Amino acid sequence: MANPPGLFTAAWIIARKDLAVELRTRSAFLSVLVFTLLAIATFFFAWDATAVASIDLAPGVLWVTFTFAGLMGLQRSFGMEAQDRAIDALLLAPVEREAIYLGKALANLVFVGAVLAIALPALAILYNLPLLVAITALGPVAALAAIGLVAVGTLFSSMAVNTRLAELLLPMLSLPFFVPIVMASSQVSTRLLAGRPLEEAMPWLKILIAFDLVFVVACTLAFPYTLEE
Amino acid sequence: MTTDVAVRAVGLEKSFSRRPAVRGVDFTLRRGDCLALFGPNGAGKTTLLRLIAGLLKPTAGAALLREVDVRRDHRARGAVGFVSHQSMLYPPLTALENVEFAARLAGVPSPGAAARTALASLQLSALSNIEVRKLSRGQQQRVSVARALVHDPAVLLLDEPYSGLDEGGSQALTTLLESLRDKGVTMILVTHNVAEGLALSTLAAVMLDGTLARMDTRPATGFDVAAFASSYRSLAGGHHG
Repeated sequence: MANPPGLFTAAWIIARKDLAVELRTRSAFLSVLVFTLLAIATFFFAWDATAVASIDLAPGVLWVTFTFAGLMGLQRSFGMEAQDRAIDALLLAPVEREAIYLGKALANLVFVGAVLAIALPALAILYNLPLLVAITALGPVAALAAIGLVAVGTLFSSMAVNTRLAELLLPMLSLPFFVPIVMASSQVSTRLLAGRPLEEAMPWLKILIAFDLVFVVACTLAFPYTLEE
Repeated sequence: MTTDVAVRAVGLEKSFSRRPAVRGVDFTLRRGDCLALFGPNGAGKTTLLRLIAGLLKPTAGAALLREVDVRRDHRARGAVGFVSHQSMLYPPLTALENVEFAARLAGVPSPGAAARTALASLQLSALSNIEVRKLSRGQQQRVSVARALVHDPAVLLLDEPYSGLDEGGSQALTTLLESLRDKGVTMILVTHNVAEGLALSTLAAVMLDGTLARMDTRPATGFDVAAFASSYRSLAGGHHG
């Protein structure tokens, strides 16, 4: 007798499937990783170290790169479902529609996290940031920023996938919502890299946490409505 | 008996941008019924199946599976198996991984074993560890059928399930569907092949312009394929294109 999984078990099953597809093809991960490293390197070659200090430039480079790399990765999230209408099989499963969103978002979070795990040390090496400080200071901020980016981007990816201009629509819908993430993340990371006390970064950190909480809940609840034809 | 009702469509309607695709469809199927649904392209057959499966929200009316509105209770979808002319598979994953994924989401107790059994029933054991993208169209269609059957659905919705299958594959599918019908699985089979559809069915219907233009019950002597085909052609004649 079949006993359908609960919300979080179903989300985990879907996330595992998405990661298995990505591990098998590696196409999206490699293209996003190459884009990220190229962008960080391009900013490095355009950087005049005598005019701008590395701790002033590095956060901006990271968050601009992170935003566009994230968008590239999010395109594939529902793209794999649109091919051969695999999304129909997901929608036929006896699980809550919110589980599909949470599973997709979790897989996207792992994907973005993996890209950041390589991008952060690359940024630290090229911009002469102490590696340990860069990872301990930027790592947690990056995790919070990734949650917000993935929450919004996963929802818009599902909305954009069935349109003719999906690759244009996803950035157009998502970027306005990414502005608070980029602003808060760059403000927090600039202060932490400069060795300022955590209290100084707290207002921006609170904005980042609030954004994550609001958008994870709102996007989870809104997701089922994006699937209606 | 009410408990015997497997599928019920009640005033089912669906419009896309005010263009009606299904218009006031009513029918009841009991356990073990097999409805062959014929109709020209654009008649609304696929939309009707998608409404019954809960993939589309009706503009009016309701689709009930075992008297439960499939749109209101997500667990009711566990009773449905759906085969479309699109494979609904993930090409980079193997046949076994695809079917096992469907089994896990349906909550089948031993998903791996159930997936292997489903693939074996379609003579796909030898191909189970091959990525779906490397399989032929017909083999992919058989994997798609295995995916739809892995959780032993009570209701099977088949939209052109024979597309892409060779003669051997078609015969194997017909044998499998006959055994499922005899076990009490309720089926709706959309096909353009009148002989194939009538061979399996206990009911036959013709859909035109979003409505059921006629619905016949199988006589004790079986359907007269030639007479039905002739009648269907004359009904559908003015509706092609």
